[in-house]
Amino acid sequence: MDYFAQQLINGLVLGSIYGLIAIGYTMVYGIVGMINFAHGDIFMIGGFIALISFLILVSLGLTFVPVILLIVLLVSMAITALYGWTVERIAYRPLRHSFRLAPMLSAIGMSFVLMNYSQIAQGARVKPVPPIITGGYTLHESVDGFVVRLSNVQIVVVITTIVLLAVFTWLVARTRLGRDMRACEQDQTMAALLGVDVDRTISMTFVIGAALAAVAGMMYLLYYGLVDFFMGFVAGIKAFTAAVLGGIGSLPGAMLGGLLIGLIETMWSAYFSVEYKDVAAFSILIIVLIFMPTGLLGRPEVEKV
Amino acid sequence: MAPLAPAAATAVAAKRGLGAAFIFQKALISALVALVLFSLMIGVRTEAGPEGQLIYWTRFGDLAAMVGTVFVGSIVIELLRHWWGPVETIRVVPARVTSGLALARRAIAPVLLIGTFLVPVIFYDQRYILDLGILVLTYVMLGWGLNVVVGLAGLLDLGYVAFYAVGAYSYALLATNFDLSFWVCLPLAGILAAFWGVMLGFPVLRLRGDYLAIVTLAFGEIIRLVIINWQDLTGGPNGVSGIPRPTLFGIPLDNSDDGLAALLGIAYSPTHRIVFLFYLILALALLTNWATIRLRRLPIGRAWEALREDEVACRALGINTTTTKLSAFATGAMFGGFAGAFFATRQGFISPESFTFQESALVLAIVVLGGMGSQLGVALAALAMIGGFELFRGLEQYRMLVFGLAMVLLMIWRPRGLIGHRAPTVFLEHNQAISSDVVKEGRG
Repeated sequence: MDYFAQQLINGLVLGSIYGLIAIGYTMVYGIVGMINFAHGDIFMIGGFIALISFLILVSLGLTFVPVILLIVLLVSMAITALYGWTVERIAYRPLRHSFRLAPMLSAIGMSFVLMNYSQIAQGARVKPVPPIITGGYTLHESVDGFVVRLSNVQIVVVITTIVLLAVFTWLVARTRLGRDMRACEQDQTMAALLGVDVDRTISMTFVIGAALAAVAGMMYLLYYGLVDFFMGFVAGIKAFTAAVLGGIGSLPGAMLGGLLIGLIETMWSAYFSVEYKDVAAFSILIIVLIFMPTGLLGRPEVEKV
Repeated sequence: MAPLAPAAATAVAAKRGLGAAFIFQKALISALVALVLFSLMIGVRTEAGPEGQLIYWTRFGDLAAMVGTVFVGSIVIELLRHWWGPVETIRVVPARVTSGLALARRAIAPVLLIGTFLVPVIFYDQRYILDLGILVLTYVMLGWGLNVVVGLAGLLDLGYVAFYAVGAYSYALLATNFDLSFWVCLPLAGILAAFWGVMLGFPVLRLRGDYLAIVTLAFGEIIRLVIINWQDLTGGPNGVSGIPRPTLFGIPLDNSDDGLAALLGIAYSPTHRIVFLFYLILALALLTNWATIRLRRLPIGRAWEALREDEVACRALGINTTTTKLSAFATGAMFGGFAGAFFATRQGFISPESFTFQESALVLAIVVLGGMGSQLGVALAALAMIGGFELFRGLEQYRMLVFGLAMVLLMIWRPRGLIGHRAPTVFLEHNQAISSDVVKEGRG
């Protein structure tokens, strides 16, 4: 039971990271209707920028951890958001009205570009950092000595996710930008006729998605203590799996899907085999889609003739 | 290009006159964006130090060079854009140009084919060119195989390399464990790959559009992960080695007494095997091409194309979409399996590293760049892509970067592919070409 509780905690933390990335996929898919294959690599870039800014801050002599974390968070969100904007501008905007395979291929191309760019710029080796946030709480200790722990890193990851989700939900539900986004999601032409700047709204969608991916990248760095140029690919597929599982286009769905994928992966590694955890996650995606083609919280797609 | 209307012409001229300040401003903004983008990623380099601790050093020179390149590059691009003026996106091809092109198109395929046949004769001594030719033909075959799924049936498959892997491993395992010959294993590899194609087909039957893409991607990854982790059977990351070479229907192509060279009474040369492999893959590729062309004229091929254009209308016409989709997946997968078996016998060694998502993306890029559904286009695209890839062999590190950039730029330049033209398979009175710019794609 204790073991299960510990895995539950680990799974939820991993799931919140996936959920943050999945939101970027779901938003872009909802508005533009394309899979942004480069999103996983944007997440990886976010992790790298967090790592580099952290190194610089430490060497500047900053020691107070919350301040460091806040600055790192803001810097990586800002720069990564600009990456998201640039990618949309270069590779997707010229193809907005092209036939549907074209933007997907240019997204795959962009993914290769980002992956190899960071490999060339920062080297192919894994970059480890010492634990930044240490300590934690012991929740329960069983008779045979198994300890259920909730580390401070896990608390930080979960709290950051909740806060960002709250801010983000407010953004979509209450602000002008959120209204524009929802309008574009329903009908871009009509939205444009009613005075919504569609190009700007789509750009902002990419920017917000990239900023959330940067947060996920930083959380990944805090949690696992390493980044490498290839981590965006697998994390990206899993986050997309999460978005599809939750019903693509639905924001609560993305978060739910993220949590589910995180839990499935952790539980599978804990009780079955670590080697097949990705196989388990992908198989569940396939099984869910057979029985619920629109995902858990997705709206049924209306077939138009 | 058609002559510009007077108003548009003056607008362009006005822009050309006014341009300098505007261009400068735009380039400045690009340079600023580049400065922020590259500031940490290029301006700072991290590396694990001697004690495992991360150290970093700054590279402001590189950063300045990159930002400068972006500034100048952006000016050049803007100038080019102004110089060319607005480009019409939809153009109606004049009849004379069409007929000229049609003639060239009719000529180019036989010329290419004869040229390919003659390659081993002309370049008999140049091993490098023969190897490159085999590589290009392998991708031509893979492209034609995937073309059945993506180009004809309009089903976006991002996990095609899985079938390539199934074919390769089928041959490798059957040949090393049971001593079966290549000619027995080849159909078996095709059948096994087709079987997996149907397995993939079942879950995706109810999915549409991009969901399909992600499920096929996941499927490809599942196959790769299983190959890596099922060490007892597949050898895991170490792969399978010692895969037997193909024989000319039982006659080995080696230096032994009952080898082909000894039987024919000529001096043995290792080039014989390369030439044989060249003609083998050429035959397999042509088989794929022939089968595709034949299938297109059969009801099943027409059903595929109907499915690509409009799934709902297709169902309304009483076409069974289940069998249509499954047959497309199975056919495409079978050709992938053949190519995989060939790959295994050519390399003599296979490992999961050869079957990554990058390969799938490369083959898909070949199909889309070739112009979906165009057999000739796919062949030309494979030649351009693999040949171009080869050109950058010296710049190993930058190869994938350039490949990614090329994919993006090609999609922007020609989203419909090199041969953006589709001849209808069914026509009433005479065969009329349609520029694919004006053809709307269904969301299959």
